Amino acid sequence: MVECPVCGAEVDLAADAVVGELMECPDCGTELEVLEVDPPTLGEAPETEEDWGQ
Amino acid sequence: MIRVSIAGASGYTGGELLRLLLFHPGVEVVQVTSERLAGKFVYNAHPNLRAATKLKFSSASELAPCDVLFLCLPHGQSMARIDEFRALAPRIVDLSADFRLRDPAGYVRWYGREHPRPELLDAFVYGVPELHRDALPGAALVACAGCNATATILALRPFYRRALAGSAVVEVKAGSSEGGNASSDASHHPERSGAVRSYKPTGHRHVAEMVQELGTGSIHFSATSIEMVRGILATCHVFLDRDLSEKDVWKILREDYAAEPFVRIVKERSGIHRYPEPKLVAGTNYCDVGFERDPDSNRLVVVSAIDNLVKGAAGQAVQAFNVMHGFDETAGLEFPGLHPI
Repeated sequence: MVECPVCGAEVDLAADAVVGELMECPDCGTELEVLEVDPPTLGEAPETEEDWGQ
Repeated sequence: MIRVSIAGASGYTGGELLRLLLFHPGVEVVQVTSERLAGKFVYNAHPNLRAATKLKFSSASELAPCDVLFLCLPHGQSMARIDEFRALAPRIVDLSADFRLRDPAGYVRWYGREHPRPELLDAFVYGVPELHRDALPGAALVACAGCNATATILALRPFYRRALAGSAVVEVKAGSSEGGNASSDASHHPERSGAVRSYKPTGHRHVAEMVQELGTGSIHFSATSIEMVRGILATCHVFLDRDLSEKDVWKILREDYAAEPFVRIVKERSGIHRYPEPKLVAGTNYCDVGFERDPDSNRLVVVSAIDNLVKGAAGQAVQAFNVMHGFDETAGLEFPGLHPI
């Protein structure tokens, strides 16, 4: 179990999770990124930024 | 099977209660009453129940003894006739306001009348299982909460019971079925359609229940009627006595509601359903609760949504009934709602 950095929910992290993997918090729906696997740490995934070419 | 009857079953609340109880696995609905429709099939008042039952309305004078009697009568009738009803059933679930308040003075202040049976007020359990679950199994008398009170109390209680709320301002947007099935000038279609009408900016009767159950001196409450048939959205502005982080609020709500079968925490960072919405709980017994902190002040906005006829009335009554009788609390209340609707 790893804590969601936004809402504090306990999030299941698969044993074979890898750094950079994306997942969704089941409580607040925030898209999360695996920052470290040992110790397991989650961060908010960066939002996709769009380049409108201006 | 528990044999139940419903007194006053031709109104919206009575019809909704009948809809739920007809499909309850541990209930047999024996009689339903309506003076106006006595002798008629119930689908005359509740067309959604056509073919679901062959029950006809009876007069209340024809009520026979049963295990549980639900009272869905206009305010004032339960208190006036309570002895008559208690003689018919060992357990009463009253959906009116007649036995919600503990303090008899509250009836004078909020309902403009002396309570004729003040000695019975303490015998009734306020029928919100999230608040009084432990008192329900032994209860013979239950008074279900008002719909606006239910939505407001469930939103605010986690903060009041921890003494975190200095004050609260609550704005409720309410659907037209709150007004019952009796027509009036205000419900005439050209007047009601499209309305966003301040119904009770101050002085709503349900404040008496909120204050009682939240243990506070006052709640600043306003109600607005909007273009919606079912549903309540309560926007509660809580002015906190101390700063809470987003995680703190999540923790508080989880402590109170994670194990509750009918309270869901709804707060999403993205998507179109980020906070509770009445139409997503229409027909269900859910109370969805969400929140947002104001980053520039001590204001915490707690938002709740219910179906006024279900969690705010009939569903709450069935939930309390389930706890009273040791049924699974969700029995007969499993409907998850519709989407889209």
